[in-house]
Amino acid sequence: MSPVANADPSPHGNDIAIVIADLQQQFGARPALCGIDGTVRRGCITGLVGPDGAGKTTLIRIIAGLLKPSSGTVQVEGLDPIVDSVKLHEIVGYMPQKFGLYEDLTVLENLRLYADLRNVTGTAREASFKRLLQFTDLARFTERLAGKLSGGMRQKLGLACTLLGTPKVLLLDEPSVGVDPISRRELWHMVSELAGAGMAVVWSTSYLDEAELCSDVLLMHAGKLEYAGVPRALMESMRGRSIQLRHIEGNQRHVLQRALRQPEVIDGVIQGAALRLVLRRAGERPDLAGLDAGASAQMVDVEPRFEDAFIDILGGGPGGDSVLAEHTREARLPAGVDPLAVISAKALTRRFGDFIATDHVEFSVKRGEIFGLLGPNGAGKSTIFKMMCGLLAPSEGTASVMGIDLKKSASRARRELGYMAQKFALYGNLTVAQNLDFFSGIYGLQGHAQRTMIQSMIKVFALTPFLSTQANELPLGFKQRLALSCSIMHQPPLLFLDEPTSGVDPITRREFWTHINGLVDKGVTVMVTTHFMDEAEYCDRIGLVYHGRIIASGTPDELKESARTSAAENVTMEEAFIRLVQRNDVAAQEAA
Amino acid sequence: MTMLDVEIGNIKLRRLLALCRKESAQIVRDPSSILIAFVLPVILLLIFGFGINLDANTVRIGLVVEDTGAEARRFAQVLEGSRYFDVVHDSSRQHARTLLAAGEIRGMVVIASDFSAKVRQGKGAAAIQVLTDGAEPNTANFLGSYMEGAWQTWLGQRSIDAGQTPPPLAELSARYWFNPSTVSRNFLLPGSISVIMTIIGALLTSLVIAREWERGTMESLLATPVSRMELLLSKILPYYVLGIFAMALCVVMATLIIGVPYRGSLLALFVVGSLFLGSSLGLGLFLSTTMRNQLMAAQAALTAAFLPATMLSGYVFEISSMPWPVQLASYFIPARYFVSALQTLFQAGDIWPILAINAAFLLASSIFWLGLTVLKFGRRLDD
Repeated sequence: MSPVANADPSPHGNDIAIVIADLQQQFGARPALCGIDGTVRRGCITGLVGPDGAGKTTLIRIIAGLLKPSSGTVQVEGLDPIVDSVKLHEIVGYMPQKFGLYEDLTVLENLRLYADLRNVTGTAREASFKRLLQFTDLARFTERLAGKLSGGMRQKLGLACTLLGTPKVLLLDEPSVGVDPISRRELWHMVSELAGAGMAVVWSTSYLDEAELCSDVLLMHAGKLEYAGVPRALMESMRGRSIQLRHIEGNQRHVLQRALRQPEVIDGVIQGAALRLVLRRAGERPDLAGLDAGASAQMVDVEPRFEDAFIDILGGGPGGDSVLAEHTREARLPAGVDPLAVISAKALTRRFGDFIATDHVEFSVKRGEIFGLLGPNGAGKSTIFKMMCGLLAPSEGTASVMGIDLKKSASRARRELGYMAQKFALYGNLTVAQNLDFFSGIYGLQGHAQRTMIQSMIKVFALTPFLSTQANELPLGFKQRLALSCSIMHQPPLLFLDEPTSGVDPITRREFWTHINGLVDKGVTVMVTTHFMDEAEYCDRIGLVYHGRIIASGTPDELKESARTSAAENVTMEEAFIRLVQRNDVAAQEAA
Repeated sequence: MTMLDVEIGNIKLRRLLALCRKESAQIVRDPSSILIAFVLPVILLLIFGFGINLDANTVRIGLVVEDTGAEARRFAQVLEGSRYFDVVHDSSRQHARTLLAAGEIRGMVVIASDFSAKVRQGKGAAAIQVLTDGAEPNTANFLGSYMEGAWQTWLGQRSIDAGQTPPPLAELSARYWFNPSTVSRNFLLPGSISVIMTIIGALLTSLVIAREWERGTMESLLATPVSRMELLLSKILPYYVLGIFAMALCVVMATLIIGVPYRGSLLALFVVGSLFLGSSLGLGLFLSTTMRNQLMAAQAALTAAFLPATMLSGYVFEISSMPWPVQLASYFIPARYFVSALQTLFQAGDIWPILAINAAFLLASSIFWLGLTVLKFGRRLDD
């Protein structure tokens, strides 16, 4: 049963709901959209796909009549969003990235407010409340304050509020950000049901795996439309060009470096112990001998991904050699530090009042290993992270880095680690040069050593043209580089990364991980938190964090293996995650 | 079709009511707005009512009597007997000066060694030296006039003692109108009500639109059929009601608990109160609309509304004694007119000419700020 009434189908059999023609948007001197043309059909989900800063939000806001475009036209069900804004707001449901739920109102009060605003009254109102609450599975929580809902429930309530008044066009701006994989799936199913009933849906996302599920995509990059059409067609064009290199002997990171030097290979990433490569031309594989991957290594064709096609459109991925590694000295461990437990947590517990944010977490990280904490938002990753950096004292248990107990000498321990925060903790109104000066200074570099280090960072990350640019004016990729350089100038043996590449484009992400791999080669130990499944693949080992506990840990391959069933041969990281969480929930219920 | 479906211009009653209901629920659930609207007034009124007092009741003075004659002793007795002085005897000027410098006494009175002799010659006054602490001009003034009074008392006493009628010189008899006992709280409290109303009006509303921008709720609202005027009215009406309630609370507390007399009519109070609220709500909403950032808007409201209301409204500091540029500036402070109207209503009653002028200025200021907000408040993200 459809949760909303059928949006009325076009009498002419024409199923185009939105037409975008030569749309330009300029913010000051900066072009946010350059000449976008595209259509959105009724009855299916159109993915508006692209990394952060691609122009997705600007485009959606223009369609929703909230921004006036610099030039070009948009027609939404025949309406001009600016001229006919009153009529437009009646038929368009728009869910912004941070949907504005009133946190101090209950679920029902939020629904009532939006029902009144959209003039949904009387029996129709009771009926739609009932349907939407059932649809979103929020019926049990009607009296709960919206601020007390989990991320997933909040998005569902936001969706419910947007659906009141049965819009003909539904605009969703990154609805799956900050939502755990299980809720993300539920949300997707709900929206596809709506689309099935005839609604035109625009779903914007920076996750390229979501693009594969859409009926149509508009692929954007840096304000330009790179592809419009059926994602499957784009992926089909890559058939024969996506291969996996399995059964590698030795260090897969070194094999990747060698593979990316081959002219036949335009892109490559680590997938657990294996490598995934994209070829320049279908069927032209690189010579196995040149890869030096061991005798049993073999190459097999795999299903192309949307990401492969995106990389191809962007002209291939970056090389695999890190200039940074060449400028980095070998990270040595002081005598007496156990190389098998450079970072270690023992029975680490943190309570906030009655709430247990971290519950007896145990792990240890070897020298030169990348260890990832993977989990949905709110699972407790950040709390663990903060305790490992000495920013938060544990209620019980110990956290230590390089053999230093963080409870006893947090500031001494912090000198040993570099920290890169999620949202680029740079000074936005300082220039690149000033940021480098400042961060090298606070880490105690001075005089000749400081100047040499800053010069080598500028060279490694190619920052020369931007030295007098303010940090918040930088392109996203360069922000990322600057943030990384600021956290490693004191050459720390440990590197802590908090969601380092969520939302960035695949090229920047590859570049970033190339540098990290280079550092790891020099013996630097890395700890990463992420909710992003692709990022997890770069890790040597993963701890799966859920409800404050590590419910499973192992290599990416081991985790996928443990979630494998006879029905599903090849499990993705996300499927593994969902299975393991569900298994944990079942076990918890049985225990209770 | 019900009442709720009525549409006036582009204002639909149902939407307006829904927004007002939402706003009220937020006010009730947000402890800070309750704190600002109801707890803060009570605390401020208690401070102004009992804590701050511009009347110097007893002044502690040092008395150095260098003359041992009977006349000098008698004058010392007059001072000791006065309820305005708390007399500390001192043996030397030197020591008394130290006490004065240390702030332990507010003034010193020296009866010089030739006092009795001079009095007998009819030149007594010249021999009394009064030194006051100029660091506190108010107290210094009080002390000066109290000494003058004490001297007159002594002269009168002396004539009676001598069997003469007091010299029939010009007699000054002061009568204070409107505040006969010249209790300072009687004019401070009405003024402090205007400060409280400024806080509620400007500080509270400076947060509310900016908060919607910060939390992203504004974007969701703008995507619904809601109109500009509905949004603005929903920000004005609930806070207007809150402000009127807070004013009622203040007036009830001031008159019934603190005992300040109120002589005007409630209708007049309601009218000037509403006009003043209009202007301070307008200012707060304007700041909130332009800044879209709670912290900045609150700081701007503090500087643009609260500080002028305290410093330049004339409720503590006399406007007529300010330098003329500052006096000129005070004409642009709405609180000035509200303070004047409140002081009139409390102390004198419905003096219509005064109230009308103040009301006219308040009306102009309300129209200015609310109008500016309406102009500035856009229906899109980029205007």
